[in-house]
Amino acid sequence: MTTFTFDPHWFTTLEAPFMLKAILAGALIAIAAGTMGYFTIARNSTFAAHALAHIGLPGATGAVLLGLPVSAGMGLFALAGALVIAALGKKASQREIATGTVLAFATGLGLFFARLSSSASQQMQAILFGSILTVSTGQLVTFIIFDLVLILALCLVYRPLLFSSVDEQVAQAKGVPIAAMNVLYMTLMAGVITIAVPAVGTLLIFALIVTPAATANILTASPLKAMGISSLICLIAIWAGLVLSTMFPAPPSFIIVTISTLIWALTKFGHYLSTFTNKAS
Amino acid sequence: MDKQTHHSPAIVLDNAAISRGGHTIWSHGNFSIPTASVTAIVGTNGAGKTSLLKAELGLLASSSGSIEVLGQPAGKAKAKIGYVPQSYSNQDDVNLTVEQSVLLGINGNRFGIHPTRVSERGQARRAMSLTGIEDRAAARLGELSGGLRQRAAIAQALASDPELLILDEPLANLDLASQRECVQVLSNLNHELGMTIQIVAHDLNVLLPILTGAVYILDGRPHYANIHDVMNSDLLTQLYGTPVEVVTTPQGNMFISPHAGGSKPKEQNLHTRSRNCQQ
Repeated sequence: MTTFTFDPHWFTTLEAPFMLKAILAGALIAIAAGTMGYFTIARNSTFAAHALAHIGLPGATGAVLLGLPVSAGMGLFALAGALVIAALGKKASQREIATGTVLAFATGLGLFFARLSSSASQQMQAILFGSILTVSTGQLVTFIIFDLVLILALCLVYRPLLFSSVDEQVAQAKGVPIAAMNVLYMTLMAGVITIAVPAVGTLLIFALIVTPAATANILTASPLKAMGISSLICLIAIWAGLVLSTMFPAPPSFIIVTISTLIWALTKFGHYLSTFTNKAS
Repeated sequence: MDKQTHHSPAIVLDNAAISRGGHTIWSHGNFSIPTASVTAIVGTNGAGKTSLLKAELGLLASSSGSIEVLGQPAGKAKAKIGYVPQSYSNQDDVNLTVEQSVLLGINGNRFGIHPTRVSERGQARRAMSLTGIEDRAAARLGELSGGLRQRAAIAQALASDPELLILDEPLANLDLASQRECVQVLSNLNHELGMTIQIVAHDLNVLLPILTGAVYILDGRPHYANIHDVMNSDLLTQLYGTPVEVVTTPQGNMFISPHAGGSKPKEQNLHTRSRNCQQ
């Protein structure tokens, strides 16, 4: 067992090339997770988003088995899952039993693929819990392209997507193509999951996509501000996770998830206190 | 609203029929609803009230005949219709202010980058003042009571200056005071702006003072009649599928009462309430 001690040479580790890549990746992941997290909560699709990560798992381990990049397999499966959920309609993404069942099956399938090859077995933990320190230059380029596509897409569909997210029936009556919005949301979500998994892994993704957005929703009622704040929380969590992991022998994923959860819990507590004192006065 | 539309009917059904999945929900719809009228849509659960709304909104195509809304085929007049769907509890999670929600009623269907214009804010403020909710513009929807949230939803529908307002069970789940306030808002819209209003409703009593007519779906056929012709014990008993009686008070006010001889009025209230909860 390694002892939990402070590493005095942490700054040297921080200057390593792999660390610079991780810091850049963290910023790109924060932008994607923060903005889409808002829509995920507004659409009541948190469980579906969580499920996408798990559906991506057999894709990731399957890709290793075939000697393909993990992200490619992950992205392909997440996208296929996203399109199936989208085809079933927004209501389907709220069907927790069906989603949960598929989620469990996908995780099992991921394990099965991992057992078929030793290299997939070795990657299993990285896929489940993240390995932001091993992000490659190729992955970084993919992240940059995805973020640009995401921002461009959101600029084009921001209002109709927001309208269909918060009030699908009225949006439909006003001529918003809600089926197309649903497919677009799920597709973008598959992309976000694929690029966020390297940071915290499929099991902890909830803490990076949903938790910061929920925190931002407590702090502001403005959608754009909420997207900004949740991206900022993601960024703080990821960067702090990277820095602290150079100082102490703890994996970045653990610190990222801990910080995200702490910020959420403190905000929730602060909000509770302020409403409590407002009522009392 | 220009004078031309004032004289032509708001909604015209010509031998219209609606079917879903090969099953006819209703057919032989032949009626026209005048402009500036307030119409209730009544019928038992599953009779096809919501289908009628969806057909008028153009979300459901008629399987035969035609449906015209505001002088155009159904679905073409989207911009001139305000729609308030049945409220549902999962909106508690929606994190928007009243004003932002109302603004979506104006520009929510617009693609591309559109910073909110000053004129749009003014339009939203007018809509909020029409339903008396402008002082809660900055409040989050989730913080509002059911009655205020319903008024925020109506303000959203009004924001695009509609000529026709369609509401699906706006009074369900509201307490009596909120129901009356909501009816007052609708009454003002009808009287002051000449707005045509359609309301799907189970309980007609609270709406009676403002209703001019009713669409009722009976034996698979939608009918339209003047409200005085609808206020008929036999017809309403058929419509509700349970004995009811139209009572006229000495002051001349009418209301619908569970049939005197039909016993157990209490149980019936419970029944209507549980039905509302399910929806």
